Amino acid sequence: MTPIWDGDYAREILPILAEASLITVQATLMGFALALVLGLLFAAGRLYGPPGLRLAFGAVVEFIRSTPLLIQIFFLYYVMPDFGLTLDALPTGVLALGLHYGAYCAEVYRAGLDNVPKGQWEASIALNLSPWNTFRRIILPQAIPPVVPALGNYLVALFKETPLLSVIAVLELMQTAKILGSESFQYTEPITLVGLFFLAFSLVSAALIQRLERHLNRRPGRQRTP
Amino acid sequence: MTTDTPDHAAVTAPMVRFERVSKRYGELTVLDGLDLDIAPHEKVAIIGPSGSGKTTVLRMLMTLERIDEGVIWVDGEPLTHRRRGEQLVPADAAHLRRMRGHIGMVFQHFNLFPHMSALRNCMEAPVTVLGLRPDEARERAGELLAMVGLSDKLDHYPSQLSGGQQQRVAIARALAMRPKVMLFDEVTSALDPELCGEVLSVIRSLGAQHQLTMLMVTHQMGFAREFADRVCFFDAGKIAEQGPAQAFFENPQSERTRQFLRAVMEAV
Repeated sequence: MTPIWDGDYAREILPILAEASLITVQATLMGFALALVLGLLFAAGRLYGPPGLRLAFGAVVEFIRSTPLLIQIFFLYYVMPDFGLTLDALPTGVLALGLHYGAYCAEVYRAGLDNVPKGQWEASIALNLSPWNTFRRIILPQAIPPVVPALGNYLVALFKETPLLSVIAVLELMQTAKILGSESFQYTEPITLVGLFFLAFSLVSAALIQRLERHLNRRPGRQRTP
Repeated sequence: MTTDTPDHAAVTAPMVRFERVSKRYGELTVLDGLDLDIAPHEKVAIIGPSGSGKTTVLRMLMTLERIDEGVIWVDGEPLTHRRRGEQLVPADAAHLRRMRGHIGMVFQHFNLFPHMSALRNCMEAPVTVLGLRPDEARERAGELLAMVGLSDKLDHYPSQLSGGQQQRVAIARALAMRPKVMLFDEVTSALDPELCGEVLSVIRSLGAQHQLTMLMVTHQMGFAREFADRVCFFDAGKIAEQGPAQAFFENPQSERTRQFLRAVMEAV
């Protein structure tokens, strides 16, 4: 009878999984960076853009949020080449994660931007700041810190969805674990290790986000004036 | 002679001119064909019941509100419009940005930038709008904050300052742009009574030192009487009565004005 847990096998595959985890982390960080940029773009377009753009961005955000990430990944990988956009598996995965979470981040940014008092815009007009400088130097610095926790949650959520990229054969953790399992017929060790890895990484990022949050709240500029 | 000499025009030209200015919100007419001239260096107090359109006057002049009819002029140039040949057409963003530089405003709720120190609040626009070097802007901001009595609070954030101190920073911040016209919109209304004095005395010394044209919406009748050259009483979107401050308060002409002043005095 084979043992439930084969320690030797686990030790053997650990370096392979560790290497694959780099791809997972890479996809996470690049996908989230893209999501942060796209989200801000969507939010700003929806709030301040001309009516046509508001409508278009609103529709895009709703569409992305209402369809599953898995289908978006398939679509970008298998359908977009028909329209002339052929990307490797990892860039496709990053793009899908970035778009999907960009739509969610857009709503978070929107709440943050909406919460900056109207008087801040008026004071900026009275001081003759351009709309762009007002947004960049006055509104954004007040809108972001309160939404850091919400954005952080999406970082962890995005990270936990990277195994979906295994469906287009990105060699991240899950795909690597499946390959290892199919070679050795031992799935318990690779899958368990992948789970543990995700647990550890999620806990670490949550702690980092909490520290960032505390740091942002400690600064004296944080408390709002009436 | 084919034209008026510009010199002659400059002597008589008002600093601010409202010419048949109307403002509506849907069905509601907030201002109805307002005509008002304000001379250079004049200090005008605007009083009146709430909803009389007095704050709207300042907000239109600061270009925070569009006007529906009429023209506002600042220093001989159209503010709400620009010249195209002989005609006046509605101002575009570039024109508004150029003209706004003449005007500064202080708000009821201060509207300081909470993520910047007092000094940085006063440096931001001079650096990004006027293109001052940071050390120049710092010096100018430091001088102005000293003038409003806050040289020991340069690095304090708005949340670390009292309401009166915040409002004084807001005054310094507006002055840092070197406006010709300063607008004060109920600047003491959000303050505890014991903090009003420090803000009013800053405004008083501004009036004495600077060659500013000032418009203030206020509920402080005592201050209006002592400080303003002229008082305009607004009621239902029009100037119901105006005159030199002393005469206005001692001998109001219309029954509506007397009624209002009685009500305000009783509240004190």
